[in-house]
Amino acid sequence: MAEAVDYKVIGTSPVRPDGVDKVTGRAQYGADMNLPNMIYGKVLRSPHAHARIKSVDLSRALAMPGVYAAISGADFPEAQHGEIGGEGGGDVADLAKNIMARDKVLYHGHAVAAVAARSVQLAEAALEVIDVEYELLPPVLDLDAAMAVDATLLDENCFTKNLPEKPDKPSNIAAVMQLARGDVEAGFADADVIVEGEYRIPMAHQGYIEPHACTASVNEGGQATVWCCTQGHFEFRAMASKVLNMNIADLKFIASEIGGGFGGKTVLYLEPLAILMSQKSHRPVKMTMTREEVFRATGPTSGTHCKVKVGAKKDGTLTAATAWLAYEAGAFAGAPMGPGAMSIFAPYALDNFHIEALDVLVNKPKVAAYRAPGAPQSMHAMECALDDLARELGMDPIDLRMKNAAEEGTQAPYGPKFPAIGFKACLEAAKKHPHYTRPVPEGAGRGVAAGFWFNVGMQSSAEVHINENGTVTVVEGNPDIGGSRASMCLMAAETLGVTYDQVRTLIGDTESTGFSNVTGGSRTTFATGMAVIQACEDIIAQCKARAAATWGVDEDQVEWEDGQAVPAPGVNADVKPLSLADIAAKAARTGGPLLGRASLNAQGAGASFAVNIADVRIDRDTGKVDVLSYTAIQDAGKAIHPAYVEGQMQGGAAQGIGWALNEEYIFNADGVMENAGFLDYRIPVASDLPMIDTQIIEVPNPSHPYGVRGVGETPIVAPLAVIANAVRDAAGQRINDLPFSPPRVLAALDNA
Amino acid sequence: MNKVQVSTSINGEEVEFLCEPQETLLDVLRETLDKTGTKEGCSTGDCGACSVMLDDRLVCSCLVLGVEAQGSEISTIEGMAGGDGLHPIQQKFLEHAALQCGICTPGLIVATKALLDKNPDPDEETIRYWLAGNLCRCTGYDKIVRAVQDAAKELAHPA
Amino acid sequence: MAKVEVPDHLLTLTGGEREVEVSANNFRELLIALEERWPESSVVLAKCAVAIDGQIYQDAFLEPLRPDSEVFFMQRIEGG
Repeated sequence: MAEAVDYKVIGTSPVRPDGVDKVTGRAQYGADMNLPNMIYGKVLRSPHAHARIKSVDLSRALAMPGVYAAISGADFPEAQHGEIGGEGGGDVADLAKNIMARDKVLYHGHAVAAVAARSVQLAEAALEVIDVEYELLPPVLDLDAAMAVDATLLDENCFTKNLPEKPDKPSNIAAVMQLARGDVEAGFADADVIVEGEYRIPMAHQGYIEPHACTASVNEGGQATVWCCTQGHFEFRAMASKVLNMNIADLKFIASEIGGGFGGKTVLYLEPLAILMSQKSHRPVKMTMTREEVFRATGPTSGTHCKVKVGAKKDGTLTAATAWLAYEAGAFAGAPMGPGAMSIFAPYALDNFHIEALDVLVNKPKVAAYRAPGAPQSMHAMECALDDLARELGMDPIDLRMKNAAEEGTQAPYGPKFPAIGFKACLEAAKKHPHYTRPVPEGAGRGVAAGFWFNVGMQSSAEVHINENGTVTVVEGNPDIGGSRASMCLMAAETLGVTYDQVRTLIGDTESTGFSNVTGGSRTTFATGMAVIQACEDIIAQCKARAAATWGVDEDQVEWEDGQAVPAPGVNADVKPLSLADIAAKAARTGGPLLGRASLNAQGAGASFAVNIADVRIDRDTGKVDVLSYTAIQDAGKAIHPAYVEGQMQGGAAQGIGWALNEEYIFNADGVMENAGFLDYRIPVASDLPMIDTQIIEVPNPSHPYGVRGVGETPIVAPLAVIANAVRDAAGQRINDLPFSPPRVLAALDNA
Repeated sequence: MNKVQVSTSINGEEVEFLCEPQETLLDVLRETLDKTGTKEGCSTGDCGACSVMLDDRLVCSCLVLGVEAQGSEISTIEGMAGGDGLHPIQQKFLEHAALQCGICTPGLIVATKALLDKNPDPDEETIRYWLAGNLCRCTGYDKIVRAVQDAAKELAHPA
Repeated sequence: MAKVEVPDHLLTLTGGEREVEVSANNFRELLIALEERWPESSVVLAKCAVAIDGQIYQDAFLEPLRPDSEVFFMQRIEGG
């Protein structure tokens, strides 16, 4: 379907249509919506990591002048079980209890109550007079403690799922998962070399600069309008309807511009609280989180403990591999252990493997999706092991990967055979990239690693309106996080045969456009793009019909070329071509407004592979690791807007580098996060990073009209191992636990 | 709580407002004066999303009290674009795709202008260290630095 | 006959059987056939993603199966 084509506008990098508003401060984000008569909501959060709630008394808060609403868990409908989301497969009841605690608080920062008042200051004062009685319980703060035989349990009704026999005792291990193929014992027996590794990676936060924020207004007819920053306003609406037991038709969600999400804004936190309090107060309620609240109470990603063992023959052929992957779920089940398990060996052809993964409850915030959830942690283990293997075999690390690289027809570890994929192309590009061929700088170390993400399709809807002057309006339902409006405009322009500047794309709210799943999962350019393309094809069909009617020929005697209806070759009609503008101008006479539509559950999402290279230098006196150079090579299928594809590659690399070098949740013995701010939860700043070089590989995805593969998530997967391997090279020893912060590196160097 | 009356100048315009003594300039800008272009990312002066100019100093407006604006000249993102259209810095950010979600962009543009007003020809290291107080989680800073370099060239030799 | 494979952690549903051959024209018929073979399995399997001949579907329903199709059940993925 997608051969090498000379596209007219696809593959260019024009200025994005929403750009002017974003560089002038006009664009409205989650906290920028102010309504008349509005009041301000604030949340009371648990001071304990683990406790039973004996009572919550809101009366003193409600008695304060200027306080117009106060709620606690008792104000919510009974938490119902039900399905939400992918990855760990969440339970709606857990989501509801996370939004506001019912009988137990399960992490420091867990929401217990909320008030709405005339000012933020007054709301905060009202929180101080809410009386909560707690019965303290011992906190469970790491994987080892959680999995111990006599561990304190977070949930007495949690029995490990997916064991061969239902266990008779509850556990903090919410679920296990296994993937296996062949005979690992025989495979290891066959190996000439075996390497093992054990790694711990800390809990880390998505780190979006915009805190969660919303403004909700409910009228006396029960109709709620919610303005919020979200990666998916349709999914937020669905979740809100379940948590609040409200009719979807009574909930209108409007997506503001969004200041970063990375998966963390696919989860509901404040919105149901604002809706309830707006209902009670008869006024719009605005709620924003402080940065501290974002860290303490919104989903980070799992900290992990991973063990891997890999066997290979002398020539580098892998014979067997095993992995044990334990993921912190936080307060409720749903760690991304499934994707972590499915991705760890995905880049390689392996006949014999065994993977066991665990979803483990701990008294920490409930984890949420973070860019390729689960994969950075698991693949770090394998990519470090391969690095050790290459060293033992005396083999180039790229050659070792090439020897075992998955390609079209290789059976993926999770079952199906891969269609056309670009892993080998990325490896080849890396091998001859100037970053790899030039010598390692004096005193520095170099590392390489592979990255992968499945990418998904899911549901999208789009409408295309042709305005009276032939310009094009595209309406779709995916919040624009990284320039997707521009990509939609490009795909629409290409399909219709018009220029980029004739197309406008807007993001409709839940009442004005059809259902779309989240902007996430690397699906927007792929699936929503597909819907936009199909809606444009619908327009083309309508235009051809109008032209046929105008010319008095049959519809199948009309073709569409370069934005115009023309008679098909061989058709004898002395007529001038009709452009989109021509047809639009006469639309009223030929049948009415031109409106195209499409909706789909996109199939055929293409996996995106990557290979990254990094050079680092370690300061022997301070233990500080400096990244001297970084190159990201990734298969995009087809880069619709190359500058924004590069942007995804660079941004994901920066997040991975930050996680490898500095980012970690530091908890004290009481389960309180000690570094809940940007000063001590140190994400990369401009002076930490070099230019991040990128190379876009294009092995088209046969299932998309323009060959698109999702690219957003793969970029964060390789950096953890790339940095680990570069540090290994520079330090002369492997440091197994991330991050490679100066004290850790110094300790390792001192102990050498 | 008694409110204080403050007279100041914002983007060249005389402005008067009332604020509580403990209110930050960021709160005043966003809530009292409806200038929501300046963003709040952390309120502890760590992220730079609230960057504005207070007289000739680049400051985090979350670390400045509203009352401190008395008699000062404040420049925010809303005042950047001029009579002819976008400021070259804004234009270069767009051309280089130096923004993805855009939340850090107003702060970064204000900080960039402060840099280039002081130092019209900064090298890469100077740019990176000057902008180290403006966190960006989306871009990895690469395209931002390139945009700043290009803006510097443009301002020195207008096309 | 379509070849159906179930991941290890779902073997509890299938009484330990990892692979089975089923005759079905589409995915819906496949689930019905599996339900007859492994009672109460279809509820869980319907919530899985499924790969049919290499193509992964998060919400399969009437997708056609060929006589020699390969079907793998796997965990749903949404991403972030």
